[in-house]
Amino acid sequence: MIIKNLTVRFGTFTAVDDVTLEIPAGAIVGLVGESGSGKSTLARAVTGLVPYTGGIVGGDPRRIQMVFQDPYASLDPRMTVGTSVAEGLQGLRLPRAARQAEVERLLSLVSLPASLAGRYPRELSGGQRQRVAIARALGARPELLVADEITSALDVSVQGAVLNLVRSLREELGLSMLFISHNLAVVRYVSDVVAVMHQGRLVEIGPTEEVVGSPTDDYTRSLLEAIPRLGRT
Amino acid sequence: MRRLPRTPAGIAGIVLVTLMVILAIIGPPIWGAGAERIDSTVILQGASAAHPLGTDNLGRDILARVLVAGRLSLTLALLATLIGAAAGVVLGALPSVLPRRAARLVTGTVNALVAFPGLLLAMFTAVVTGLGARGAVLGIGVAIAPGFARLTQTLAASVAGADYVSAARMLGVSRRRIMTSHVLPNIAEPLILNLTQALGGALLGLAGMSFLGLGVQPPSFDWGRLLFDGLGRIYVTPAVALGPAVAVAFAGIGFNLLGDALAHAASRPAVTAGKDVPRAVPGSVEPGLDEPEPDAVLEVRDLTVTFPGGVTPVRGLSLSIAPGEIVGLVGESGSGKSLTALAIGGLVPHPGRVNAGRLRLCGTDLGELPEQERRRLLGTSLAMVFQDPMSSLNPALKVGGQLAEVATVHQGASRTEARTRAVDRLEHVHIPEPDRRARQHPHELSGGMRQRAVIAMGLMGTPRLIIADEPTTALDVTVQRQILRLLREVTDETGAATLFISHDIAVVGELCHRVVVMYAGRVVEELPVGELASGAAHPYTRALIASLPDMDTDRSLPLASIPGRQPSPAEVGGGCAFADRCELATDRCAERPPLIPYGKAHLVACWEAS
Amino acid sequence: MAESSRPPGGRTRGAFVLRHLVRFVISLAALLVASFAMIHLIPGDPVRASLGPAAPVELVAARREALGLDQPILSQLLSYVRNVLSGDFGTSFLSGERVGDVIATRLPNTLGLALLATVVALLVAVPLGMWAGVRTENGRGRGTEAAFTSATGTAVAVPEFLYSIALVAVFAIGLGWFPPAGRSGPVSYVLPILALAIAPTAMIARIARVETLRELSTDYVRLARAKRLPAARLYVRHVLPNMLTATLTVGGLLLTGLIAGSVLVEYVFAWPGLGQRIVESITQKDYPVAQGVILVYGTIVLVVNLLVDLLLGVLDPTSALKET
Repeated sequence: MIIKNLTVRFGTFTAVDDVTLEIPAGAIVGLVGESGSGKSTLARAVTGLVPYTGGIVGGDPRRIQMVFQDPYASLDPRMTVGTSVAEGLQGLRLPRAARQAEVERLLSLVSLPASLAGRYPRELSGGQRQRVAIARALGARPELLVADEITSALDVSVQGAVLNLVRSLREELGLSMLFISHNLAVVRYVSDVVAVMHQGRLVEIGPTEEVVGSPTDDYTRSLLEAIPRLGRT
Repeated sequence: MRRLPRTPAGIAGIVLVTLMVILAIIGPPIWGAGAERIDSTVILQGASAAHPLGTDNLGRDILARVLVAGRLSLTLALLATLIGAAAGVVLGALPSVLPRRAARLVTGTVNALVAFPGLLLAMFTAVVTGLGARGAVLGIGVAIAPGFARLTQTLAASVAGADYVSAARMLGVSRRRIMTSHVLPNIAEPLILNLTQALGGALLGLAGMSFLGLGVQPPSFDWGRLLFDGLGRIYVTPAVALGPAVAVAFAGIGFNLLGDALAHAASRPAVTAGKDVPRAVPGSVEPGLDEPEPDAVLEVRDLTVTFPGGVTPVRGLSLSIAPGEIVGLVGESGSGKSLTALAIGGLVPHPGRVNAGRLRLCGTDLGELPEQERRRLLGTSLAMVFQDPMSSLNPALKVGGQLAEVATVHQGASRTEARTRAVDRLEHVHIPEPDRRARQHPHELSGGMRQRAVIAMGLMGTPRLIIADEPTTALDVTVQRQILRLLREVTDETGAATLFISHDIAVVGELCHRVVVMYAGRVVEELPVGELASGAAHPYTRALIASLPDMDTDRSLPLASIPGRQPSPAEVGGGCAFADRCELATDRCAERPPLIPYGKAHLVACWEAS
Repeated sequence: MAESSRPPGGRTRGAFVLRHLVRFVISLAALLVASFAMIHLIPGDPVRASLGPAAPVELVAARREALGLDQPILSQLLSYVRNVLSGDFGTSFLSGERVGDVIATRLPNTLGLALLATVVALLVAVPLGMWAGVRTENGRGRGTEAAFTSATGTAVAVPEFLYSIALVAVFAIGLGWFPPAGRSGPVSYVLPILALAIAPTAMIARIARVETLRELSTDYVRLARAKRLPAARLYVRHVLPNMLTATLTVGGLLLTGLIAGSVLVEYVFAWPGLGQRIVESITQKDYPVAQGVILVYGTIVLVVNLLVDLLLGVLDPTSALKET
């Protein structure tokens, strides 16, 4: 799937400026940038939540799903986990039993027990909620999954498990993913390709090891420079 | 409503409303005849045994008329409320289905109408529809509608903007279905709550209209009409106005108190952090407690913070920091690290209680210091930096003034001196054009600059201790780097002790000299920063480091993760709090391991660490 | 480096004022049309309704002509607007007075009452609410909280006309301290102002308490406490300004409500203001007076709202400029 010449304007302000980005099938493309870089706006544009100019080629734009940053806000507090996950299955018109089986399958894909289906979001931990949100998105059989800062609201010990899940989904389902984060170390860990965004533009893009190992852009370099490292004094 | 209010006011509301409803049901059948009985021998009488509230101009008993009028008053109020609520909800929901321009027109009209007092709208309507109950009910309905429309709009907009609605839209859920399954269920409760209060308002509004002679007309009568009839006579026989007045007042109060209590029960706000300074109570100093460390700027022994109900977020924490030293306090959310900072700063919110075996700042025991001196010591030698630079500066005051305050209050500086020093301090933390910035309001500064200004505020005195609670968490990495550098620079220069609190072990590893790891309210490990990467001994510290991807993490291996979750401050048991999640746990972990030395300048609380 | 700042005040503030002025003018135009439409919305013939079925046909026709009701609707609207703008609000059906004169003589009495009540309400409510907020922070002072909320909850729920009647009964008739009705010197203002101000005072005090609580839980107050500022300075300098802006927003709405409340109070106290006259005009179907007075009330509401909005813009540049 290719995002082509995508531009988002709010009034006179250009939040995303002519971004072209290819997401190869079965690959995770990491998108890194600081606040205000336009990365989240790009995510919302790709998923059709904000109007944009430009296009998405090589795939069905309707089959793009997103997982949000805040797992507390992305699940309806008045819906059970099962109902939330089943929302993604509406197009399939499954009979009741099949739908329930599908919900269980989706929950197991994200390593959650089927017994959670009857619970409400408030009874779940942050990491579990984020898994439910992923399961809901997977139910729609997305061609592309956009993950917008999905671990930044989580504690470190939970973050690792969610990142592992992201990687295993790619391996097991061949899922294409646009993984957005402000944290370059996290992006590096999960992505095959890294794109760096700055002030609405893509300033660098390439295979992960190349971008991280030998960045060509000044901004990428300053970003790499700024990452705190254990034991560096 | 999930639970009925149990406050005295709530109970009073329930009782009054119940009485009103009963009166409306039984009033007319019981006293109806009495209220209509005309008796020309007793016209316009005052209070008497036969007629406790007197009689009207046809000799009818006013008490009976008050008791009978309840039904009409309540029915009309209910009718007006339903009309208003229905019209309001429709008006409020319209913008989300109309095309944009029409939606804006509706929103604009509603916003304009909300500003108009209900009585004015009601009188306008009454002019058009003519006098009488019908006009008054319509008028009050019209008066209620804009408020409901506004509420519906606001609620619907907040739900429509929620991530879960975005997610549903992406999943291709239809607009109608989003309305019925997401928006309506989430806005119904506040709307229903509002009905109670609107009902009270409608009742008062209708009474007012009838009282002015614009509402119910004879031969019908409601409370307002009875009051209208009585008004001319209050100079002679005030009792005749008493009945309807009390009835209206009780009804209004009843509905209002009930509505209040219901709203309160539905949105019981979480208790947030704030002021109150529970003095560090000089607790039971254990005999084995070691001697005071003369060099340490901050010395904490056996610090405990408790909240009512057995919630103990900080448990027996000990910590000391030398001049010029930066100690990192690391832990996940809920580990008690931020409360530790507040306890040291004497800022734990009510009803938290702080106990410490010893809490010494610059060699002075804070618990023993008289209030006045303690304030001065903390005011000038403690600098605090909080997480969110957007909210740490008062939006209403100029940056320079907020800094200068410290000098005028604690150091007796004149305004000019204080201002000059403020500008100097701003320059010191590398804020360009400090003079201009000092004259600006906080919203004119970027996040990084605000955090610098907060640090500069700490530098107005002579900081001996700097407590920075997640000061860079809300900042971008490049700005984070600058702030970290500044903190180090300031620590070196002032020789202050710095307590740096963070969830991010990498940041701590980069900035600090020594690291203290907290888990479930206790210190589980304390170690020099050099040993953090490879010499950590506690399984929790090790897992924390392993689960954090950094730029050298092997991408072919899965990240470590810790199963389960940290026990909440109320759940911590007697043994090792980490045992449930620990790979190395044995039977021995049922007993809590003490924090004991483990090599040089290294403490660990684990039976298995060796 | 992300250390940039937003463009300072100047242009944006001008745009802010302009935006509110434009909105004001549009609302005023809508109000004019509404007050014009009021009479035309009355089912049937307003003149006939006003004069009663027994009135001679010639009189009705003459009155219709005098009112211009025989003209096409659009030209009626135009001449109405033209007349209003030149200060001509028509003539009373009943007394033959010019409505403009009625307004000119009575408006000052109403405004005086409303403004004084506003001042009293604010002066009492803001310190009261702030005190209650400080006393009940973080769930402390449970007793104070319960007493405060039930007392204000009760005070809010009692309408002005009941306060008026009660005050007259006790202080004018019972104790004879104040005149029971009419406007005669400063003493006669006391009871009407009290009757008018009690409920808004309770309401604003509640809002002020909530806002104070919110302020007290902010990081900057926490920081000010860490600086160990004296309590008075903390509350007056750090809490008051922010709490005031939010309180004023809702307070502005309440004050327009107070103008409506004055109708009822004037009625009880036979106060020679507009309120007394509008009630009379509605019951007597004296439409030109009702129309004129409603137009004046509406204009006052719009002006008060404009002033509150502009005042907020000055007090709290952040919130005002953010708003679209």
